[in-house]
Amino acid sequence: MRADTLLELADVDREFDVSRPWLNRLLEGEPRRSLRAVDGVSFSIRRGETLALVGESGCGKSTVARMIVGLYAPSRGRIVFEGADLADPASAPLRRRMQMIFQDPYASLNPRWRVRDIVAEPIVAHGMAPDAHALAARVAELLTQVGLAPEDGGKFPHEFSGGQRQRISIARALSSNPEFLVCDEPTSALDVSVQAQILNLMKDLQQRLGLTYLFISHNLAVVAHVATRVGVMYLGRLVEVADAKDLFERPRHPYTRMLIDAIPDIEMSGRPRTPVAGEVPSPLAPPSGCAFNPRCPHANDRCRAERPASHALPGGRSVACHAVEEDRIPDL
Amino acid sequence: MAEPLLSVRNLRVEFPTRHGTLIAVDDLSFDIAPGEILGVVGESGAGKSLTGMAIIGLLEPPGRIAAGEIRLEGERIDALPAEAMRRIRGKRIGAIFQDPLTSLNPLFTIGEQLVETILTHLDMSERQARDRAIELLAEVGIPAPELRIDNYPHHFSGGMRQRVVIALALCARPRLIVADEPTTALDVSIQAQIIELLRKLARENGAAVMLITHDMGVIAETADRVAVMYAGRLAEIGPVKEVIHAPHHPYTSGLMSSIPKLGEGRETLAQIDGAMPRLTAIPPGCAFNPRCPKRFDRCTAERPSPLPAGTTEAACWLYAR
Amino acid sequence: MKAKAGAWLRRTWEHDLAWGFRRSPVTVAAAFLTLVCVGGAVFAPWIAPHNPFDSASLVLTDGFTPPAWVAGGRMEYLLGTDDQGRDMLSTIMYGSRVSLAVGLASVLFSMVLGVGLGLVSGYVGGRLDAFIMRVADIQLSFPAILIALLIDGVARVALPRDTHDQIAIYVLILAIGVSGWVQYARTVRGSTLVERSKEYVQAARVIGRSQASIMLRHVLPNVMGPVLVIATIHIATAIITEATLSYLGVGVPATQPSLGTLIRVGNDFLLSGEWWITVFPGLALIVLVLSVNLLGDWLRDALNPKLR
Repeated sequence: MRADTLLELADVDREFDVSRPWLNRLLEGEPRRSLRAVDGVSFSIRRGETLALVGESGCGKSTVARMIVGLYAPSRGRIVFEGADLADPASAPLRRRMQMIFQDPYASLNPRWRVRDIVAEPIVAHGMAPDAHALAARVAELLTQVGLAPEDGGKFPHEFSGGQRQRISIARALSSNPEFLVCDEPTSALDVSVQAQILNLMKDLQQRLGLTYLFISHNLAVVAHVATRVGVMYLGRLVEVADAKDLFERPRHPYTRMLIDAIPDIEMSGRPRTPVAGEVPSPLAPPSGCAFNPRCPHANDRCRAERPASHALPGGRSVACHAVEEDRIPDL
Repeated sequence: MAEPLLSVRNLRVEFPTRHGTLIAVDDLSFDIAPGEILGVVGESGAGKSLTGMAIIGLLEPPGRIAAGEIRLEGERIDALPAEAMRRIRGKRIGAIFQDPLTSLNPLFTIGEQLVETILTHLDMSERQARDRAIELLAEVGIPAPELRIDNYPHHFSGGMRQRVVIALALCARPRLIVADEPTTALDVSIQAQIIELLRKLARENGAAVMLITHDMGVIAETADRVAVMYAGRLAEIGPVKEVIHAPHHPYTSGLMSSIPKLGEGRETLAQIDGAMPRLTAIPPGCAFNPRCPKRFDRCTAERPSPLPAGTTEAACWLYAR
Repeated sequence: MKAKAGAWLRRTWEHDLAWGFRRSPVTVAAAFLTLVCVGGAVFAPWIAPHNPFDSASLVLTDGFTPPAWVAGGRMEYLLGTDDQGRDMLSTIMYGSRVSLAVGLASVLFSMVLGVGLGLVSGYVGGRLDAFIMRVADIQLSFPAILIALLIDGVARVALPRDTHDQIAIYVLILAIGVSGWVQYARTVRGSTLVERSKEYVQAARVIGRSQASIMLRHVLPNVMGPVLVIATIHIATAIITEATLSYLGVGVPATQPSLGTLIRVGNDFLLSGEWWITVFPGLALIVLVLSVNLLGDWLRDALNPKLR
């Protein structure tokens, strides 16, 4: 493990029980069924960087985020933060040092709480303020830091627009002085002009406070803008990890290539693109071998039979693809 | 320009509430030519969906068209009785909504829904209608349509369902298709396929398409012309290339530069400070003036109408002569 | 301070609920009648023309005086008197006191029990949820009145007669309260399931709040809307249940008559022509229950955004 690693996931799985109710199973003789939302995912996040996880809906990226912050427990594998296994009860105090920003600014703030109580909640929960005066001063400081006025603390969430609510959400996440923020689609519910405000704010805070981000998004253009490194997920598996610049300039995995080709060409540069084909299969019955093989133009018998392991390429990149490993796909 | 298929003039949509009347769409005018795709963009609350709803005659009360007129192939359709409007909807105007799941009735097979819609609008036998339905499903790219026609909506994936919804909108070969955020609920890879389909349909059928979306990327890929809305008003309208590459209205330029793009090394994105005003608090003069970097005295006093600015029209006093 | 109170008053007056209230004449009338009934009951010791339970002031010879507007009636006894010369108007006011107290207390009891169980059931889930909901199903298969009768019956057998009379009201409250919790529990469980999946609850979990704290401080305030509606309508039901039990003779003792007891006692005289002894308590019960019900209906519609 590198010295600057903040968080590491080692071969993490997460299964969900999607069986029908017990009585139905009994009457219809159905077995239990489980859905493997995350399947053998390993990666590490270095201090001070932004690692983005991208993929289409149902690829497991949000589940990874929720496992890291402890909303779900992994079914298998280890999540290590600052050298400590998060499954170990003794590492509970470390949780203060990671917080989460959610997607929906309308659902992530309790509608019946005043903004100052929302922002203060982590401070109160961890007993971090000596008295009420210090608490109020800290809340005012946080609100100012995210571009709101200290007086806004007395209002309720419904008095704010979506972008302002996301600022409140960020202020809450920062209030326990975390080093690591998990951001689950933080701008996908916002309008573009507001999205730019929030992305700029997040970048600014990262520089000032030395934050590390895990950034979950389905929008590749946003990811290209914020990420230092990018992980691409497909059907619960991590198919490619690379530095952001390399990934967008020279994608290696066929799925990464397809995703990048699907981004609308807003510049109308007329860059050559392969039309996208097919749809993501049901995660209840993933294809054998490589999960992407039914849609992959390079798939052969080995791809249909054997699941590719992730292998390292120069430049800190890793790809899980037989065709790349066998050099069947020309590098761009 | 050829005779417009759809012509909207000075449209005003109001919502009376007990706190006063909200003007959700104000003095909006535009045309769509046959075979043309007009993109309508704007942030949430800009009034773009309500404009679509007003055109297909499905404004939710108490919302109402308070002024202006809507003409389809020269005929006024904004004040038609509900029954006449219902016949136009489906036959001459097709509608596609954001969520493909709620646009289909889960209790009927897609074949039953297609056949019923076809029989409502066209004079044919049930047999012919079924053949036509299979033809439509093939047209929107559903594999093995003669088998899939007897499936229920829940048998289809999100992308396939949206194709069925499009087939449903095309049943009677409408002259105008109003598509409200047709790709928003879909994943990027599916989105690209649906965009391609919409373009093909407009090209082959000569139908006019009004494509309502918040996503500039979709507009760039699909539309011929684009109308940018802000706080219920038209900010700028023009050919898509010009509006995207050389916008004239300060709001459009702000919007365009706030979009993150691939392959650019900018550290920070350009941002428009503040937020679009709520309908209860639209400032006097130009609605954009509090956020506008180029504001001058006239902007806070007088409301601009669309003025010619290069190849586009922009509602901005910078272009007054 | 005064300006603040003024601003608060203005905000309340301008609030959507207040506005909807002003626009519905039926609701205003119902609220007025409720206020009259509740006011009459609460302030009975001060405003009632007589004290029907002060045996010193009772004049036995005034018994069976008809209402004031009937021949033989006296202005002193506006609604007439019963067999022992007690003024009917005063008895009704004192009776409503007992009825309302039992109704409110039992609703409060059901509410606390039901909201608590529903919250735990919905938030914790799993086996505990299955267990609580099965108990609720079983309870729902018995009519409320039967459960109340059962509890009252057990209490009667278990306690000596004097003790039972003393605590009869509490037994009644317990009996009616226990029979009503299921509706609260189910509603709260449903809303809790919805709220639990919302991101603000997940945020509180990430922050590291305890389950109890999340349930009480985050979820509870957000599930109380429908509970208040049910509670209002339930008050009317509870008053009726109490009246029914008292009418059947298993409710409050005759020394502290509720409206139900009054109706039962008056029933004996109905056939001998002294109709007012039973009809007026009955009318009071109808007015009270109807107006509380109308208020509840209005509250349900006002809080339901779909009907607006």
